[in-house]
Amino acid sequence: MNWITNYVRPRINSIFSRREMPENLWTKCDECGTMLFHRELTDNQNVCTNCDHHMAITPRERFNALFDAGVFVEVAVPKPLVDPLHFRDQKKYPDRLRAAQKQTSEAEAMLVATGEIGRTPIVAAAQDFSFMAGSMGMYVGNAIIAAAEAAVKRKCPLVLFSAAGGARMQEGILSLMQMPRTTIAVQMLREAGLPYIVVLTHPTTGGVTASYAMLGDVHIAEPNALICFAGPRVIEQTIREKLPEGFQRAEYLLDHGMLDRVTHRGKLRDELITITRMLMGQSPAIKGDLPPPTAEPEIPELAPPSSAPARTGPKTS
Amino acid sequence: MNYLDFEKPLAEIEGKAEELRALARKNEDMDVEDEAKALDKKAADMLRDIYKALTPWRKCQVARHPDRPHCKDYIEALFTEYTPLAGDRNFADDHAVMGGLARFNDRAVMVIGHEKGNDTKTRIERNFGMARPEGYRKAVRLMEMADRFNLPVITLVDTPGAYPGKGAEERGQSEAIARSTQKCLQIGVPLISIIIGEGGSGGAVAFATGDRLAMLEHSVYSVISPEGCASILWKDPEKMREAAEALRLTAQDLHKLGVADLVIKEPAGGAQRDRAGTVKEVGKAIAAMLAQLDGTDGKKLVAGRRKKYLDMGSKGLAA
Repeated sequence: MNWITNYVRPRINSIFSRREMPENLWTKCDECGTMLFHRELTDNQNVCTNCDHHMAITPRERFNALFDAGVFVEVAVPKPLVDPLHFRDQKKYPDRLRAAQKQTSEAEAMLVATGEIGRTPIVAAAQDFSFMAGSMGMYVGNAIIAAAEAAVKRKCPLVLFSAAGGARMQEGILSLMQMPRTTIAVQMLREAGLPYIVVLTHPTTGGVTASYAMLGDVHIAEPNALICFAGPRVIEQTIREKLPEGFQRAEYLLDHGMLDRVTHRGKLRDELITITRMLMGQSPAIKGDLPPPTAEPEIPELAPPSSAPARTGPKTS
Repeated sequence: MNYLDFEKPLAEIEGKAEELRALARKNEDMDVEDEAKALDKKAADMLRDIYKALTPWRKCQVARHPDRPHCKDYIEALFTEYTPLAGDRNFADDHAVMGGLARFNDRAVMVIGHEKGNDTKTRIERNFGMARPEGYRKAVRLMEMADRFNLPVITLVDTPGAYPGKGAEERGQSEAIARSTQKCLQIGVPLISIIIGEGGSGGAVAFATGDRLAMLEHSVYSVISPEGCASILWKDPEKMREAAEALRLTAQDLHKLGVADLVIKEPAGGAQRDRAGTVKEVGKAIAAMLAQLDGTDGKKLVAGRRKKYLDMGSKGLAA
């Protein structure tokens, strides 16, 4: 043993092997700075194991954790016109779209799927903040309409996870028109008497908050999520004063009556099962880990709502 | 007359003509009328040329022109027996939103609109046409009432957007806008909207989601202000000209996209140069649109409105 084997060789090794190490093996929590091992973080649905900070989670990761045994079937979304305005800022819109597709390996900013949670059939839609800030354009509008139609067809609840910077400016007025379009989707669920649960995640802002994200039967938010119409910076510039601590965060909105609950991501699935089953007139769910839906025969009481007893609760209009 | 920056050459010529005439009034033996008339003609030609080829950014400027007729002017000129109804029955009355019962050609209707104000005092009182949640909740209340009593709803849209303030957020700006849009889609009576100036984002959608949408020739309707878009996408608010171009926010582009059903022609040089003429044209358009929807069953109206929005986006613009 000499200083060459003790010092120089590891040094050289580290220089050469650094590139081959997956960069995402460790993630630093942006709240408390703790280095978190990626597998541990994934198992905890991207919530910091040290400070409970809720980091972003992709729709796919979320669905893996949400649906029984991670089994879900994607719902096809009708493709809209690409770049209807021929929008160009510093980059062309189609280039921005392609870059986002490459970076996320997703087609667009929303994923819709059907599956079961605690043996309760649901349709889930989740917005992908990593795809152009989750912005609501025609695709997202189509996705929400497709999700509502799928829920109506299957007579099951829709659970929607929102996350967006707002409307997609590159689609101009047509992105704004997704506010009425998605409101129509919510209307379809109401007319069919089906629950629409919104889970507002960090951040949910702008036209998204001012349409489908604020029209749920139940509004649940993840802790500390920023939820607003106008962002804090815009407000500070307008009123020229400092905003209070926690302004427009989930807990603040809960205090101001805009949310029903603020729920830790780890407890969300159980809560969604409980709420949807009560609203659908189904018996309480069996708690605990369930085997994949196909591994066991159907238990009559837990059959899909199409064969559930007639509902007696008041219908929403 | 307030001149816009691109109207400066016009202001100079009009000023010169005015000067000449003033001179002639002092010296009776001077004859300047021929010269002044020539200048008038030059000014009129220039005005026509400028307004024939307004860039999108200039259209935004015209749409925001302080001398344009505002909601109050339309209500006073086109409606009789206007009876304002105030308050959201919850927190306050929002002065940025006017609304109430009125008669249009003797027929009872509900009229709702954003009012910007026309001098410093009224602008502050009206919060520059930027509604708070109470404004949208008042609109929801009035639309509901209109639905129950079978009165058509006419909305006049002219807002930079919903007010970005602390109280507005605390009282649920997003929810209020969402409910107002939802109410627009639910009512079983005709809903006609006219964008008379600025259609600013969600604040406009909350009133403008109807059976028919008409836009004045130099009005705009956009997802975001050109300044806001420029500061986000260009990282420079001074690039608002480029942003206005890219957003395709003019009445003409929106008509091509199928968002606006009708473009109402403005007098030469914009609505601010002939307020009465503009108001009259808008009145004609309202009458025509109401006639189109008359006698349609409420359920059919709701279904048609729904289809209109679900189908939106099937048409793009030519490159």
